[in-house]
Amino acid sequence: MTQQTLDHAAAAPAVPSGKLSLGRSRVRAAWIFLAPMLLVLLLVAGWPLARTIYFGFTDADLSDIANYEFIGFANYLEYDDGEWYGLLVDPDWWNAVRNTLVFAFISVSLETALGLIIALALNASFPGRSILRAAVLIPWAIPTVVSAKMWGWMLHDQFGVLNDMLMGLGILSQPVAWTADPELAMAAVIMVDVWKTTPFMALLILAGLQMLPSDCYEAARVDGVHPVKVFFRITLPLIRPAIMVAVIFRLLDALRIFDLIYVLTSNSTDTMSMSVYARQQLVDFQAVGYGSAASTLLFMVIAVLTVVYIVGGKVNLGEGNR
Amino acid sequence: MRRLALKGAFALLLVAIVLFAVFPFYYAIVSSFKTGSELFRVDYFPFSWNWSNYAAVFEQQPFARNIANSVAVAAAVVALSLFLGLTGAYALGRVTFRGRGILLLTILGVSMFPQVAVLSGMFEMIRFFGLYNNLLGLILANMILTLPFTVWVLTTFMRELPVELEEAALVDGASPWVIVTQVFMPLMWPAMVTTGLLAFIAAWNEFLFALTFTLTNDQRTVPVAIALITGASEKELPWGNIMAASIIVTVPIIVLVLIFQRKIVSGLTAGAVKG
Repeated sequence: MTQQTLDHAAAAPAVPSGKLSLGRSRVRAAWIFLAPMLLVLLLVAGWPLARTIYFGFTDADLSDIANYEFIGFANYLEYDDGEWYGLLVDPDWWNAVRNTLVFAFISVSLETALGLIIALALNASFPGRSILRAAVLIPWAIPTVVSAKMWGWMLHDQFGVLNDMLMGLGILSQPVAWTADPELAMAAVIMVDVWKTTPFMALLILAGLQMLPSDCYEAARVDGVHPVKVFFRITLPLIRPAIMVAVIFRLLDALRIFDLIYVLTSNSTDTMSMSVYARQQLVDFQAVGYGSAASTLLFMVIAVLTVVYIVGGKVNLGEGNR
Repeated sequence: MRRLALKGAFALLLVAIVLFAVFPFYYAIVSSFKTGSELFRVDYFPFSWNWSNYAAVFEQQPFARNIANSVAVAAAVVALSLFLGLTGAYALGRVTFRGRGILLLTILGVSMFPQVAVLSGMFEMIRFFGLYNNLLGLILANMILTLPFTVWVLTTFMRELPVELEEAALVDGASPWVIVTQVFMPLMWPAMVTTGLLAFIAAWNEFLFALTFTLTNDQRTVPVAIALITGASEKELPWGNIMAASIIVTVPIIVLVLIFQRKIVSGLTAGAVKG
């Protein structure tokens, strides 16, 4: 969703007012139409979220989820017999937080840079452009689990094609264990994520590029401004809003990453994200209370960022630069 | 001379982009036709067309059943999302009422939920309804992924329809239900194809819920089945089978995406669905 549609849908009235009779029966009909959708949303989002937050304050166990006791903040932090316990002093949790932040920051930065390059290339006209656009969509279309498996095979320590290529080019002297080596596992995860989601980034930026007015470029060309200067002085400032929206969406998505890491490196602590940590507690260790507390913290982080984004979007609207 | 060099560099960049995007998929195809010790040698070109991995995928596990499960879940999710999305979008896009803006922002907020944040609550609910290890439970759970953006995108499309159409129908005494199904729906087809396709892909690819809410092999969907393919021992993953299974489930999606390329790109930019 672009900033434009957000402002559009949320701020403007539904239909130009005054044209249709806004009778009470019309509003009542609207609520009847809304009811099924809201009911489903409440059932699959509102209620489970509320229960997860509540479970975070209990000692619930997966094997007997109906039997639990309220234990207050003990899952988060508890002082007992001279020692602190709980999520907030759990080194594994903080390791997961650190991994997630490192992953999100590096992968989104790389995806933005590469996405920008690909978008600029796709924006130029050349023969076979539609083929290129189609090719770029392929990584996006491949299910995450499948791409993790494909890359798992390419990154195989003994028979992987990546080691073969890099050794053929003389970059590596011996095969490396991409997904098992603690130093490299995160790099491998980032590599696969960059491959998978750069197309999304490129397409969003391309949409921004295609809305740019052509007269600035005409003027720059007439004045003989160097293309590099044109890019930094005209293109980049103009598509900055489109890039920012894409970055924030990718960032929120990267913070909740699960599939890729779980399939590529399973529960390895070198790459474990917050989502993987929470699921491990919930399902593998059956600690529903503790795992729910971790899920709640992850939810809070993302909720705060979302609110900042939406409020920031509103401010943007107020300045009237759209 | 300099122009030529620039052109050459640009062509090189394009080739690099295509290779970067397509090579992993291409290499999976090449690998899927290799068996036994052939897999332990790196080849950049296919040298034989040995379909035995493809046959093995269906023989060694209920993969046909898994595919049927995925198709059933995704189809049901699409149908439900489109129905609820369309009715909801009519109210949100055509009628002005109090709380509309808040409602839209809440729906947008739900699309930001991390899946794991609803996992334990959803698990409890699915147990309560007796839907554990049941495809119906997956259909229900997947709605959280597809419904918010379906509502959102359909609402923005619905808003753009001319007001005169609705006025004419109202003058003729049409009820809101008739307006939605007879007047708007024919015009909404392009938007519904786009959102339906995106919802299908989201449900087809979903992994966390399918992994957590199913237990037996015959209830699993395709992504879980592929993730859990194991060989004789932990260390000996049957890579040939995994690649063959990957190709089987990816080709239909790629064909769909290439056919509906333009629609998908417009849907993505209008709805910013997660990749």
